[in-house]
Amino acid sequence: MKHCLKVRLYWILHYALLALFVVFALFPLYWLVKVSITPNDLLYSEGVRLWPSHTTFAHYVSVLRHTAFPLFFRNSVIVAGATSVTSTLIATAAGYCFSRFSFTGKFLIVGVLMVTQMFPLVMIVAPIFRLLSPLGLTNSLTGLVIVYTAFNVPFATFLMQSFFDAVPRDLEEAAMIDGASRFRAFRSIIVPLTLPGLAATLGFVFTAAWSELLFALMLNSSSDASTFPVGLLAFVSKFSVDFGQMMAAGVLALLPVCAFFLLIQRHLVQGLTAGAVKG
Amino acid sequence: MRRTLLWLEPYFYAAPSVILIGAIMFVPLVIGLSYAFHDITLLDPLSGDYVGLQHFRELYADASFWNALRNTVIWTVSCVVLQFGLGLMLALLLNRPFVGRRAIQLCVFLPWAVPSFLSGLNWAWLFNPVVGPLPYWLSALGVMKTPDNLLSDPDHALWGPIIANVWWGIPFFAITLLAALQSIPKDLYEAATMDGANAWQQFRRITLPLLAPTIAITVMLRTVWIANFPDLIVVMTRGGPADSTQILASYIFTQAFQRLDFGYASAVAAVLLLLLLLYALALLALRHALAKRG
Repeated sequence: MKHCLKVRLYWILHYALLALFVVFALFPLYWLVKVSITPNDLLYSEGVRLWPSHTTFAHYVSVLRHTAFPLFFRNSVIVAGATSVTSTLIATAAGYCFSRFSFTGKFLIVGVLMVTQMFPLVMIVAPIFRLLSPLGLTNSLTGLVIVYTAFNVPFATFLMQSFFDAVPRDLEEAAMIDGASRFRAFRSIIVPLTLPGLAATLGFVFTAAWSELLFALMLNSSSDASTFPVGLLAFVSKFSVDFGQMMAAGVLALLPVCAFFLLIQRHLVQGLTAGAVKG
Repeated sequence: MRRTLLWLEPYFYAAPSVILIGAIMFVPLVIGLSYAFHDITLLDPLSGDYVGLQHFRELYADASFWNALRNTVIWTVSCVVLQFGLGLMLALLLNRPFVGRRAIQLCVFLPWAVPSFLSGLNWAWLFNPVVGPLPYWLSALGVMKTPDNLLSDPDHALWGPIIANVWWGIPFFAITLLAALQSIPKDLYEAATMDGANAWQQFRRITLPLLAPTIAITVMLRTVWIANFPDLIVVMTRGGPADSTQILASYIFTQAFQRLDFGYASAVAAVLLLLLLLYALALLALRHALAKRG
C-alpha cells in the first residue's frame, strides 16, 4: 500500500515537472500567436489577459498587403531552398566518400570539416564582405546561397555519412560485380535507400538557412535582397509600435520551420550529434 | 589510366565540399587574421595600411573590450549551466515510457526549430511592458519593484538574452543526453534493483558514469558555440544599454557592422579565437592529467 502511494506520488511529480517544461517551451510561442490576433484597440487595455475578448486577422492582412514581407518571404524561400538543395547534393557526395572509401588525406579532410564546426563565424563576417563585394555577390541572393552552403556542408556531410553507414556495402558491391559502375550503383541502389535521410538533411539545412541573421544583415543591405530575418529586424527598429503586425510577421516566419520540424523530428538525435555544435 | 581514375575516385566525391569550405571559410579566416594588423575601415579609401600591433594596444586600453570579455564569461557559464541542468532533467524525465510521451517530446523540442532571431525578438516582446506579461508577473511576484523592461536595466539586462538562450538551447542538450541515456543497457538497472540499490544510487553509479563521455563532449562543444553566438544579443539589446550586455562576439559584429571598422573587429576576433584555443587546450590537458591519474 505504501509502495503504491510512493509510485503514485512519483508519477504526479513526473507529470508536474513535464508540464512545467511544456509550458516554458510553448508559452512564448503562444503569446506570439495571441498578440498577432489581438485587435489594436485591445492590445493595451487587455495587456496581460491570456486570451483577448475578440480576435482579428487584420494584422496578417496588412502584413501581406502593405509591407514588403511577401518579398522577404520569397527571398528567404529562394535562399533556404537553394541552400538546402546544393548543400545536400555536395554533402551526399562527400558523405558517401567518407562512408565507403579510405584514402590518403581522409583524416585531414574530416578534421578540417570538424574544425569549421568550432570556429567563430563572426570572425569571417568582415573578410567575406570584402571578398564577395567586388564579385557583385553582396546584395544578391546568390551570394547568400554560396555562403550558407559552405556553412552547412560540413554538418550535412556528417549527417549523410551516418545514413550511408547504415546501408550494407554488399548491396552496391553485388551491383558492381554485375558490371554496373560505382556511380550507377550509387545512384540506382544507394540513393533510393537513403531517401528519408536525404529528406532529413534537406530539412536541417533549410531550417539553418532560414534562421541565419548576421551574414544576411552584413551582406544584403538593400531591401530588395533582404531575407525574412533582416526584414523583420528592420521593421522592428522602424515601426516599434506596431506590435500586432510585427508578431503576425513573426508567426509567418515560424510557419515553414514548423513544417520542416515535423518532417525531421524523428531524425533530431542523428542531426544534432552530426552537427555536434550546430544549434 | 583506369588505375589512376580509380585512385582518384574518392577525391572527386570530396572535392566540391573541400573547395567550397576552403574558399568560403578558410581563406576568409586567414584574411581576417591579417586584417587585425591593418587599418581597414570600409568606405574609407585612405585606410589599408599595415599598423602592426596598434589594434592590440588600443584593445588593451579599451574598457568596452574588457567589459565584453567579462560579460562573455558570465553569459557562457550561465547559459551552459542552465541549459545543461534543465536539459539533463528533461532527458531523465523523458527516458522512461509513459502515456503521452511522443506528444510531450514534440512540444518541448519545438523551441529548437524556432529561428534564433525570432526567439530573440519573441523574448524581447515578452519582457516589454507594453505587450509582454513578464514585467507584471515579475513585479507581482516581488522580483521587480515596478513592471519595467528588464532589457533596459543595465544591471540585469544580460539575463534577458540568457533566458532566451536557455529556452532555445534546452532541447539540444535534452535530445543528445536522451540519446545517450537510451543506449545504456536496461539490464544494468535490473541487476542493480535486484541488489537493492535505490534510485539515487542507480543514478550515481550507473547513469552518471555511463553518461559522462557524452556530457563532457557536448558541454565542451556547446561552451565554445555559445561563447561565439551573438545573434540573441544583437537582436534583443544590440549590446546595450550602455554596453551592459555586450559580449565579445556581439562586440566584433557591432564594430564590423555599425562602425565598419574591420581592422579593429578582426583584432578582437583574433583574441577571441586565441582564448577559445586556450580553453580547448586546457581541457585537453585536464583530460590527459585525469587519464594519467585514473
